[in-house]
Amino acid sequence: MTQALDEIKIGGLGASRKRVEDNRFVRGKGNYVDDIVLPGMLHMEILRSPMAHARIRSIDTSKAWAIPGVRLVLTGEMMATRNLAWMPTLSYDTQAVLATDKVRFQGQEVACVVADDPYIAKDACEAIVVDYEPLPVIVNPRQAMAEGAPLIRDDKENQHDNVVYDWEVGDRAGTDRAFEQADLVSKLELHYPRSHPSPLECCGSIADYDRSTSKLTVYMTTQAPHIVRAAVALVAELPEHMIRIISPDLGGGFGNKVPVYPGYVISILASILLEQPVKWIEDKTGNLISTGFGRDVYLRGELALRKDGKILGVRMHTDADHGAFFSDAQPSKFKIGLMHSAFACYDVPTAHLTARGMYTNKAPGGVAYRCSFRVTEAMFFQERMVQAAADDLGMDQAEFRRLNFVRDDDFPHRTPFGFLTDSGQYGKCLDVGLEAVGYQDFLRQKEEAKKEGRLLGIGISVMTEPLGAGNSREYDILGIKMFDSAELRVHMTGKAILRTGAKSQGQGHETTWAQIVSHELGIPAEDIVVEEGDTDTAPFGMGTYASRSTPVAGAAVAMVSRKIRAKARKLAAHLLEVSEEDVEWELGRFYLRSAPDRGVTIQECAMAAYSNMPDGMEPGLENVSYYDPPNLTWPFGCYIATVEVDPETGVWDVLNMVAVDDCGVRINPMIVEGQIHGGLTEGFAKSSMQWITFDEEGNCIGSNFMDYLIPTAWETPRFELLETCVPSPHHPIGAKGVGESATVGSPAAYVNAVIDAVAHLGVRNIDMPLLPDRVWSAIQSAPSG
Amino acid sequence: MYPSRFRYEAPRSLDQAIDLLRTGGGEAKVLAGGQSLVPLLKLRFAAPELLVDINNIPGLDYHRVDPDGTIRIGALCRHADLERSTVLSSGQPTMAAAAPLIADPIVRNRGTLVGSLCHADPQGDWASVMTALGGHVVAQGADGRRSIPVAQFVTGPFQNVLAIDEIAVEAVVPAPKGTVAGGYLKLERRVGDFATAGVAVAIETSGELITRAGIGLTGVGGATIDAVDAAKALVGRPLSAESIGQAADLAAQAARPRTDHRGSAEYKRHIVHTFVVRILSRITESAERAA
Ligand SMILES: Cc1cc2nc3c(=O)[nH]c(=O)nc-3n(C[C@H](O)[C@H](O)[C@H](O)COP(=O)(O)OP(=O)(O)OC[C@H]3O[C@@H](n4cnc5c(N)ncnc54)[C@H](O)[C@@H]3O)c2cc1C
Repeated sequence: MTQALDEIKIGGLGASRKRVEDNRFVRGKGNYVDDIVLPGMLHMEILRSPMAHARIRSIDTSKAWAIPGVRLVLTGEMMATRNLAWMPTLSYDTQAVLATDKVRFQGQEVACVVADDPYIAKDACEAIVVDYEPLPVIVNPRQAMAEGAPLIRDDKENQHDNVVYDWEVGDRAGTDRAFEQADLVSKLELHYPRSHPSPLECCGSIADYDRSTSKLTVYMTTQAPHIVRAAVALVAELPEHMIRIISPDLGGGFGNKVPVYPGYVISILASILLEQPVKWIEDKTGNLISTGFGRDVYLRGELALRKDGKILGVRMHTDADHGAFFSDAQPSKFKIGLMHSAFACYDVPTAHLTARGMYTNKAPGGVAYRCSFRVTEAMFFQERMVQAAADDLGMDQAEFRRLNFVRDDDFPHRTPFGFLTDSGQYGKCLDVGLEAVGYQDFLRQKEEAKKEGRLLGIGISVMTEPLGAGNSREYDILGIKMFDSAELRVHMTGKAILRTGAKSQGQGHETTWAQIVSHELGIPAEDIVVEEGDTDTAPFGMGTYASRSTPVAGAAVAMVSRKIRAKARKLAAHLLEVSEEDVEWELGRFYLRSAPDRGVTIQECAMAAYSNMPDGMEPGLENVSYYDPPNLTWPFGCYIATVEVDPETGVWDVLNMVAVDDCGVRINPMIVEGQIHGGLTEGFAKSSMQWITFDEEGNCIGSNFMDYLIPTAWETPRFELLETCVPSPHHPIGAKGVGESATVGSPAAYVNAVIDAVAHLGVRNIDMPLLPDRVWSAIQSAPSG
Repeated sequence: MYPSRFRYEAPRSLDQAIDLLRTGGGEAKVLAGGQSLVPLLKLRFAAPELLVDINNIPGLDYHRVDPDGTIRIGALCRHADLERSTVLSSGQPTMAAAAPLIADPIVRNRGTLVGSLCHADPQGDWASVMTALGGHVVAQGADGRRSIPVAQFVTGPFQNVLAIDEIAVEAVVPAPKGTVAGGYLKLERRVGDFATAGVAVAIETSGELITRAGIGLTGVGGATIDAVDAAKALVGRPLSAESIGQAADLAAQAARPRTDHRGSAEYKRHIVHTFVVRILSRITESAERAA
């Protein structure tokens, strides 16, 4: 009897296989856009606006042109002659490529220089003289809505105010009735401040237009190369087959590298004009002040409650600050992303959400930073509202949640906003977390500590979130449906190459995709090479963001492997000289049902596909799958933080952070844990120190890493990771998204913990980031502080 | 990093360096650890024509104690040297407390104490430490050396009294006359962050009585603040809850904080008060423990 393969040993499902890409990354051998050098390559630098809102009276580029080594100076006026001064955004708005009429945020692209080296380009940018006429500045939605507010988007016909959209979802009348019947209405106003994904590698591109072949090749930092190809074809009016987008190694993305930025577009035009490769590499400040940010949403939330703790209805109103252009990269029909996924884990009879988007004189964007289309905001608002409601009712916060969870046997469950959740065990997940943190014990300690004047607090956050857009019925970007793809080629010797429409930015696809193939075919993971990011070779896909790779592309990997297996079965039957029905499969091998010792390996089948196929069979062993998921995946999790607050300074320390994540079947547990560690760190960052703010003149505070803070290993708390496992009922291998779970779920846990520590003094809310001075002044101004 | 064009020289002696600075005529800058200057070059906030790198000049990387107790810190002594220094950990508690709170480990490996004093950032930690200790800077120029008290060395934000051809060669902490005690506390949002507020306290005692006191404040004004009145309130009597309270009140009054993204003015003032109390109370506690 042949020995059955050990799936963990071959690097299949569940193996904590070391990341194969790290081999080159830790040796400094990664190949990022800035590492690429093409013959004759020129360098481009962008001149950005120092003002947040100003009319451009004139731009004088003569001094820049006069500097030796300068090849091209572009302004908005010159872009306009090619119809490229403005470009469409992914949310049916327009965005200035280079400003023509006025600048609308600090950091906006005003002119650009292409030169022989980056020093000259930078010198020349400084030599450009722009005459600005300052205009009144708007830095928040309140100012944007005020009577007589200056009109930011006077470029748009029919735009008479600063409103981007007014949108609603849910049942208004039903919700009104629920509030009428409520014993108690719990209200809370919150701000989720602006943050930035700040990948360590900033954005950049090398555009290489070859006149002799008419082909445009663009190396660029993009999480979604195929979307970019389509966008370039439409905007630059180039034939799509003559455009090749290559996204090489990416130094992080976190949603920052989904949109199409002016820098990419200008570098493409410059290369076409100069017929030479043009490289543009953004600096850190450029990245922080001009590219896709996250959050910046204000909430007015209300819960209708019955005395016994049952939630009868939810009312939410959000005001989102989108900056100067509505360029959110999200499924186009949802204006405020998936904000309405809030309360999906609770059994809420009725809910209503109104959302308003506003233009302000700030950088455009809004959907980025591991947020899965604003699920971060939804779950933060939800769990802050839940804690406030429990407080208002005088109920234990864990008990209040348990009472309102969707029950384990109540799936599929229609949420009050219309999502269909398909699985979950929220009560169990909470119990695992409470047990790990020692809930009852901690409550006792907290009371003891209070007697000594010490402030301890515990914060809980439980949520289920929709990860992995599509399905194609509901999710599209500008009409392009959100499915994904995988192509697998098994070579003669049983080795293989896999390509997908996703694009890793650190998630480890080269490692995990091979594990899925390995699980389906029994080919050792090390025998499979994974390639992504080149639109000339990879099958069409929508890219990697919103935790969609495993739910969609990962599913396509499983499905294409199954197609290969189906063909291999025919080859096996041929080799064993039996009919297909008599052949059984075990990992890596087909065998005869009646004589299990007689079998052929998948590698032998592969060889036969090229050397010994049955009559009439197409040679080769390759295939492609396009996967359109029936639903989103619904991972869930429970995050519990305990903290101690220093009443004298407002400084707070995390004592313990427990995360219980259920992302279904884990392909590579080590990589999943890495994702969760990162998310918990980001949650800590946002709750404690990280934000981008603006002064009244619209100057961005947070334009470098001295002001925009990323926590170091020193202050980041220790995490305890736990899991439950409810497989996704529809994903081919039962996996669910996880890339964003902890970023989404953990901020409320930290904040709830601090609030819990000071609630008895009468503090109801402190907005993020909970900087020591905010905590201190909240205590000072509290009724019994 | 794409700074403006500059000339670079790396002389091997102080005399050569001073000569280069003189010929630079005000358009030259000394490069020590580069941890403040290089970021400025990168942002093009500074665009000197000439950089005079002093790192190749031998004999400046020391820190030592003279037999009389004077501490001398050479211009190329790095923050990290001071962090690991047994000289400080055994004899100079204010400096020992501050060293590990400067920036982050990478910056500490290159940045220098003397460079930090020259840079005169109101948020620099060493300036308030040296102010509290009554230290001075030794400057060398074509005409020889002179010694400048730290409190007079810094004339404003990012401004010092050095002539264009002078190099700060050494920082000096005068020999104490009594038993030294003190500390440094800094509120930062994250490791590597500049202070939201910082307080340096240095005292000398003889028996029960405080014979000398200095209090320097970081990040709560347009320049490092020498809280003279607060220090005076401590001198000539033993440390008590009352004197600590007075000193803390006076230090908070001396602070000139501004509200910014690190915190409100009111909060920063409160932190100064709290830190003065904490540092001095700890001194009392350890004295009690020792007794
Ligand atoms: C990320 C980061 C975080 C930081 N955090 C802190 C912090 O928390 N606290 C803090 O105090 N500092 C902080 N710093 C600044 C750091 O301490 C610097 O090392 C110090 O301010 C300057 O010392 P340097 O040797 O690097 O000087 P350089 O950068 O080389 O020079 C600074 C200035 O002083 C002049 N200069 C330097 N040496 C001499 C000399 N011998 N004679 C005459 N002129 C001289 C230079 O010409 C220049 O103008 C931080 C720096 C960074 C990059």
